[in-house]
Amino acid sequence: MSSGNPSVFLLSVNGQIEGANFPEYDNLYCKYCYVYGHDWAPTSGLEEGITQITCKGSQASHRLIWNFPLETTFKSTNPFGWPQLVVSVYGPDVFGNDVVRGYGATHIPLTPGQHKRTIPMFVPEPTWRLQKFTSWLLGRRPEYTDPKVVAQGEGREVTRVRSQGFVTISFHIMTKDMKKLGYDTGPSSSANPHTASPGWSTEQQPNV
Amino acid sequence: MDAGLHHLIDAAASHGFCFATTGTQRWRRSRRKSETQTPGSETEEEEKGLIKPPSSVQIPLTNAVSIIFLSLVDQQLLEQSSVHSAQGERGEVFTEGSAEKSAEPVIVSTRSPRGLESSSGSQHFDSNVTQQLKERLRAARSKAGSLQQEESSSLESGSRLQSLRHRDTVTRFDRETDPDTAARPHRVPFDLSTRVKFRESRRQSQTEKGLPSAEEAYNFFTLNFEPDPPEQAETIGRRRQKHKNEAEDEEEPEAEEEDDAVDDNQDENPDQNEEAPLVQDEEEDLFTIQQSSQDFLEVRKAEYTGYRNLVQRERERELLFTPSVGTVPTSVKLPENMKPRYLEDEGLYVGQRPSVSQNNQNQMENRILKMEEGKKWFGDDGRILALPDPIKESSTRPPLFHMEEDLDPALQTVHRTAIKSEPAKMYMMGAADPEGDYRLDVDVSGLVFSHHPLFSREHVLAARLAQLYDQYLSRQHNNLTGHLTDKLNGLRRALRNILEIHGGQNLSPAMQQRISEYSQEVRDTRQLRDSQQEKDRVLLKNIIKAWKDMKDLREFQKFTNTPFKLYLRKENVDQASDEHDHEEEILAEVMELEVESQEEYQRRLAQYKKQLLEWKLSRKKQKSKKKKKQKKRNKGQLQEDTDEEEEDQEMDDSGEDLPKPEPPERPDLGSLEQMVREKASRIRRKPGDAILIPELSASGKITASELCPRAEVSRREEVMRRSLFVKILYNDKEVSRTDSRCLNTDFRVHFGQIFNLKILNCPHSINLQVFEESGSSCSLLAQVFVPVPDSSVLTGGVPLEEIEFSCNQRVMFDHEGVGSDVPLSFEADGGKRITLLTSGKLSCCVSWGVGEDDVPLAPPASQRHSGTHSGRLDAVSYIGASGLYDMKKIADWATQSRLDPNDPKNVSIMQLLKVASSGEVTAPDYFRLEQLQEEFNFVMDEEFRSSRRFRLLQLRNQEVAEFRNYKGVPSVEREVDDKVFQVYERRLKDGEMIHTEEHLDSHRALVAKYLQKIRDSVINRFLLAKHHFLLSDLVIEEEIPTIGILGINLFKLAEPKRPLKPQRKERKKVTAQNLSDGDIRLLVNIIRAFDVPVRRPHSNKPGPSPQGAVQGWDWFGGQVQVRPFVEVSFQRTVLQTTTADGPNPCWNEELQLPFSAPNGDYSIASLQSVKDEVFISIFDEVVYETGTSDRDGGTSVQTTAQKHWLGSVKIPFSTIYSQSRIDGTFRVNTPAVLLGYSRERSHAHSGYDVLRSLSEGTFITLFITIEPHLVPGESIREKLKEVKFDSQEDERLLQAAVKFERDATQSHPDRPCVTTVIDLNGKTVFITRYIRPLNPPQELLDASPNNPQDAAALVARFVSLIPSLPDRVSFSFACDLWSTCDQFLTLLAGDEEEHAVLLCNYFLSMGKKSWLIMGTAIPEGPTAYVLTYEQSRYLIWNPSSGQYYSQYDTFCPLQMVGCLVNPDNVWFNIQEYALPMRMSFDVTRANQWKPFFSRSFSHPGLSSVQPEELLYRRTDRTAATELQDRIEKILKEKIMEWRPRQPTRWNRHCTSTLKHFLPKLEQSGGRDVAEAHRHELQSMLGDNRISGFPLHLPFSEVRPIVEAVYSTGVHNVQSSNVEFALAVYVHPYPNNVLSVWVYLASLVRM
Repeated sequence: MSSGNPSVFLLSVNGQIEGANFPEYDNLYCKYCYVYGHDWAPTSGLEEGITQITCKGSQASHRLIWNFPLETTFKSTNPFGWPQLVVSVYGPDVFGNDVVRGYGATHIPLTPGQHKRTIPMFVPEPTWRLQKFTSWLLGRRPEYTDPKVVAQGEGREVTRVRSQGFVTISFHIMTKDMKKLGYDTGPSSSANPHTASPGWSTEQQPNV
Repeated sequence: MDAGLHHLIDAAASHGFCFATTGTQRWRRSRRKSETQTPGSETEEEEKGLIKPPSSVQIPLTNAVSIIFLSLVDQQLLEQSSVHSAQGERGEVFTEGSAEKSAEPVIVSTRSPRGLESSSGSQHFDSNVTQQLKERLRAARSKAGSLQQEESSSLESGSRLQSLRHRDTVTRFDRETDPDTAARPHRVPFDLSTRVKFRESRRQSQTEKGLPSAEEAYNFFTLNFEPDPPEQAETIGRRRQKHKNEAEDEEEPEAEEEDDAVDDNQDENPDQNEEAPLVQDEEEDLFTIQQSSQDFLEVRKAEYTGYRNLVQRERERELLFTPSVGTVPTSVKLPENMKPRYLEDEGLYVGQRPSVSQNNQNQMENRILKMEEGKKWFGDDGRILALPDPIKESSTRPPLFHMEEDLDPALQTVHRTAIKSEPAKMYMMGAADPEGDYRLDVDVSGLVFSHHPLFSREHVLAARLAQLYDQYLSRQHNNLTGHLTDKLNGLRRALRNILEIHGGQNLSPAMQQRISEYSQEVRDTRQLRDSQQEKDRVLLKNIIKAWKDMKDLREFQKFTNTPFKLYLRKENVDQASDEHDHEEEILAEVMELEVESQEEYQRRLAQYKKQLLEWKLSRKKQKSKKKKKQKKRNKGQLQEDTDEEEEDQEMDDSGEDLPKPEPPERPDLGSLEQMVREKASRIRRKPGDAILIPELSASGKITASELCPRAEVSRREEVMRRSLFVKILYNDKEVSRTDSRCLNTDFRVHFGQIFNLKILNCPHSINLQVFEESGSSCSLLAQVFVPVPDSSVLTGGVPLEEIEFSCNQRVMFDHEGVGSDVPLSFEADGGKRITLLTSGKLSCCVSWGVGEDDVPLAPPASQRHSGTHSGRLDAVSYIGASGLYDMKKIADWATQSRLDPNDPKNVSIMQLLKVASSGEVTAPDYFRLEQLQEEFNFVMDEEFRSSRRFRLLQLRNQEVAEFRNYKGVPSVEREVDDKVFQVYERRLKDGEMIHTEEHLDSHRALVAKYLQKIRDSVINRFLLAKHHFLLSDLVIEEEIPTIGILGINLFKLAEPKRPLKPQRKERKKVTAQNLSDGDIRLLVNIIRAFDVPVRRPHSNKPGPSPQGAVQGWDWFGGQVQVRPFVEVSFQRTVLQTTTADGPNPCWNEELQLPFSAPNGDYSIASLQSVKDEVFISIFDEVVYETGTSDRDGGTSVQTTAQKHWLGSVKIPFSTIYSQSRIDGTFRVNTPAVLLGYSRERSHAHSGYDVLRSLSEGTFITLFITIEPHLVPGESIREKLKEVKFDSQEDERLLQAAVKFERDATQSHPDRPCVTTVIDLNGKTVFITRYIRPLNPPQELLDASPNNPQDAAALVARFVSLIPSLPDRVSFSFACDLWSTCDQFLTLLAGDEEEHAVLLCNYFLSMGKKSWLIMGTAIPEGPTAYVLTYEQSRYLIWNPSSGQYYSQYDTFCPLQMVGCLVNPDNVWFNIQEYALPMRMSFDVTRANQWKPFFSRSFSHPGLSSVQPEELLYRRTDRTAATELQDRIEKILKEKIMEWRPRQPTRWNRHCTSTLKHFLPKLEQSGGRDVAEAHRHELQSMLGDNRISGFPLHLPFSEVRPIVEAVYSTGVHNVQSSNVEFALAVYVHPYPNNVLSVWVYLASLVRM
């Protein structure tokens, strides 16, 4: 690509799903995937993944640790449909059935740098009480048809959810060529658009 | 035992030290005395013994008693006390006690331990017992000796010994505990006071008749189980040592041991049964000699504990601490030599302690005792300190009775809504001036104290000096004296001039007036000047005096505190001129004074004369009437003669004795000069003296602190500590404060801070509070109120003001500071006291701020006096609310009310007026909600429209089909490809322009356009519905298992694990979103086919039989019938099966075809709109020998395989998707005539024969599914129900319809039930309105007047010829729009429902009983068929194909019947089965068909939406011929196009033959003509190998015809000598329904 006139900008997402806080549950694992608009395309890295199962330590801490790395780079021509990270947590219930323990989503941070996000998680509620009981008994709780539902606003009004816990995610964001395309997300004092050489905006490229 | 005894003695000794000296003998005696007494009397004795001890012993005795008593409860205590108290007297006690106490076990066994006394009364104590016991003792000693040895080797010996001995006691005494164990818990609680306990224990001892409790007995024994040596004499010393150690060490283990013992005791109690007799005996036998030592001893083997265990235990003991649960003796818990004190006993109230279990309490006590200072936790009574139990049993709150009724109204809760206080926004003008931010700048510059408590005396003087000097300076500055002197000189000169000019004569009265005024002025001015001069003089004197005082003080105190120094500068003057001036001045003054005094004299003289006259008059009157002499004397007064009379009278009236007026003195002019000179010398310096100019400077040195006396130093230190700050209060609220600044030694503080106050509320007061901080304390010194500045006072233009303040606080110091409000004197004698208050000046300034662009941030001046603007008119009241929109009126009003154009409140109005006045006065004729919207548009509208990128984004957002999932819209405009819009734009254009060439028919073009519009509206609805989500779209939720399902599940449990006929199991459903390309495959399982046409022998005539494939296979079974294979093509993938043989081939092959969704979008909606179809074609593989070659000597036969199309089935993907699997036997679309092929069976049947329909056509059995199983997109259908359509139906009917459908769906979810449909106008219509007998075209009826079956078939054929809606697939069943029959015939397009309705209506008009079937068929999915009842049989008609099936036809595509509809009613199928073959169509049976209209809900008489009669247009034959030619031309071109490599030759002869033949086919409906046709062809074409077939299609457009031709693959014949024949025939039916026949044949010359 010609350095002067980029046609796409890049968004590099590094980070990790650090852990979760689900006071009531144990032995959980986490799935993640990205939801992004039409103009976005992942260029490298895993778009979705699944963590190991982790259980709480015997210590007083109730945190579940996954430390699952996220490394994805997106390219896009349009900030519309900025990627969102969708996480869903699963774990066994008392009968050993794998049930969902929480859904949550967050936008990838817009600004370059380090960010930490704590995503509140929730699960859909059964429509009525008997169903709640049977779903508990059969180990088949209501789930979203698609975890990506939580990243969209449309149609959510028909669901009832209950909050569950928190998942903590740290991000390290780098962007490239955003400014050249006229999108300014960073702090105003950062790069000078005239002198900025093609390079990741958060670090100076050596010898260029 | 010996050791035990020993201990007993020990214990007794400890208790008995009280009587060891005095009481023992008596005790013994009394015991002896009572020997003969009965046990009953014994208790009395015992009490006496207790009550009557010698007084000297009493206290120790009671002490002992209490201790002993406590030992009941607490063994350890006893032991402890024994340890402590027994030290001294043991020796003596032992000698006696050994014999005596050796009997103790016996005695104690029958007594409570109080029974030390009781033992005193015991009569059992006799010598033979003693003797006996002595023997035992000896035995025991020997044993103890051996135990002793063990002890030396084992650390644990004590405990082991004890356990051993404990055994003894158990065996001995435990039987008595039986009755006692129950009583123990009562006795144990500590709560009881000792007195109670005492009483109780006594009662117990009485009730038990001397039986000791187990505990007591046990105590006595266990207590003594110290591992003491048996020989007392020897061991005493040793024991003492041991006690010392054990007192500290063994508390704990012993407590444990004892605890164990208690436990054991309890445990073993039930086991004592066998020993019971022994116990019984013992009472009597206790004293018999037979009772030997072996009764007391039990011999058991030596216990050994391993070394390792020992070591381990040792370690554990070092590391671990286990608090024992044993009770702790009180003495341990109390300080030494303290007896427990029970407050309760002393009559004090002691609350009830909270209940804690005894074990816990004991454990706690043990634990606490281990701690350092543990004892402090115990109270006087030896128990853990505890507050009374806080829990009250009864509620402390007064009960609330009668909750609602009787509540005192005063107590009633009243709810008042919170009121939000409106801030008094005096300066907030509202909308007119939104940013009305006003700013007040408060500049606090500094602070100077004129007096401060910390002033030293010198400071006071210095302050006075400075003050005076300031005064002096200001006077100098004003120079009043000089001014006045000048003025005086000027006035004098003026006066002199006047006098000189006029020369003192003939002065006009005006002149005289002026002169007198001047002189008056001169006089006043002179006086003023004199006073000023005097003040100057005094001031100067005072300054000098103050300075002198100060110098004196400095001299006196020997240090300097202030830097002030006063210099007096002398300005020498010229002596002569000065004296001259002086004299002149004096002379002038004297002159003036002389004149003045002269005038004064004159005036007074005149007054005197007047008075004198009056006096004389009065006198004259008084004396007599003869006073004319007097009159004459006063000649000057002649003119007043007339008045004299009157005056006299007046005098008479007023009074008699007027004093005689004194004549005024003549002014003493000499003294005047003297006076003036004196005055001058007083107020002026002497002439010639130097002018003194004081100059105060602060250049002096302050004496350093070291050189100062202590008091001064401490004052200075105090000054250093002080600091000051100023709080700024705005409207009595603190808004800011200055930094805290230290007080300087010169008592000045500089702040220099400016505070900007943003003002919201009108300022009422600005208050500066001066605070003084001294260390941490802070006190308010003074408040300074600063006036609110006028709005014209702006920052920058205002000088600092000095505002004085003072504080009347009284402060006194013991150091040099003078204090405040304290009398102070500088005189030596203490006179002239002055009292100084703290005071000072604060220099500050308050002004309105100035904004960045020099805009004053001050409120408008008018604002604060709004009351004055009475002239202003209220706009609304002036022009009325409606007039506000009239510009002119507003302008009028504005001029009328003289709006202030600078008032920010009026800005908007003024602007409006300005705009209005600049142009013509017109209000915009539109109304805007957001006028500022334009400001927020990020690009201009034109740019937005012209930008292709934005357009692209916009279109995508609107979900326009072409751009719905467009990816990667370029980031910049120039990269947007022009081509992206081409397709879209073309489509838009197409909507308006019809390609006549495509349609060949203007009418159809119009129809197509109309359809497009309908489709668009449907799409819009569809898109709307797509954004309407149901819960099931988002959340997967398990259905609630109904009872039925539960039952089935239960039934399934009983099922055999491996059933003989395994059923297909439901596969796991996959949500489509997670998929990507290549994940989905289409599985097509081709099982078998029936009735494939077989090859006909090439020619009947054997003649020149060519070497053909047919012959080639003849040897095999005489005749090769056919070698069919199946080719499946889907999405450009073509797969084929192997070749099978025979007309009923069986392939059983699975073909996997990949599937890819359009645009890679695997959402449900996208999958549903996939239009691709699966083509399944049956071909015959024919192998021809193309020639032989003899290349290598041998002959090799070259063959080419050709495939001949036999028929095909096409199944839309959407059907497969929505049904998830398709399993069944399908009729293959075969051409009516297949040249070269024939059916195996003969077609001899006619009429509605079962066999006929069975045998008709070729069938293929297929199983098609999608792998993996996709969730079928039923949701859209559901959603559409949510979208409400208008309706003209009765609401009640609609509700019933909804209910009917809901019930039907609940009971049979898979059976379609339709009661209401949507017409083309988008309105809901009840379905029966569509069914009405309608006349078919008369032509069709005329065609076969005699044969109703033929007529019916023809009608069905006519209906089937009406084309189906080309893209019905895209909305599948969901968006059904039902057109009426006339609309249908006009549009000539519709889906199955319209066909079925039309057919049904025709049948009804033809007099048949017919119904509309709503059901499911393969491959269509949910569809509509027609049911007729003829000849006591039910026939099922497929309206789209015109085929009919019997009810029992196995190949009937209708798989499920949901409901039947006729003009009167709708019936829902509630039978068990829905397959036509297995069900009954008798709708009268209520248990099989559920009617919509029943007796409860009768048919309301719905009128039909159909027209009464259908009008048909005559067929235009010429148009048909024209179309026929055009189709033929197009097809020929296409075929040649498809064969780009080979030349395509057309066999004209054949074509013409075929063309003749096509109308016949049409007439016969494609049946029964094959044979004749073949013969005809055969004869005509001779030796040409011919393969071909006619295609029959309804006509809608050209494109489907082309595709159909292409799919047959006729053009693929590769041989070079091939010729083609193509014939097209279009048969017109009424109303422009056209039947198109295309005959295709390929001829290969042989």
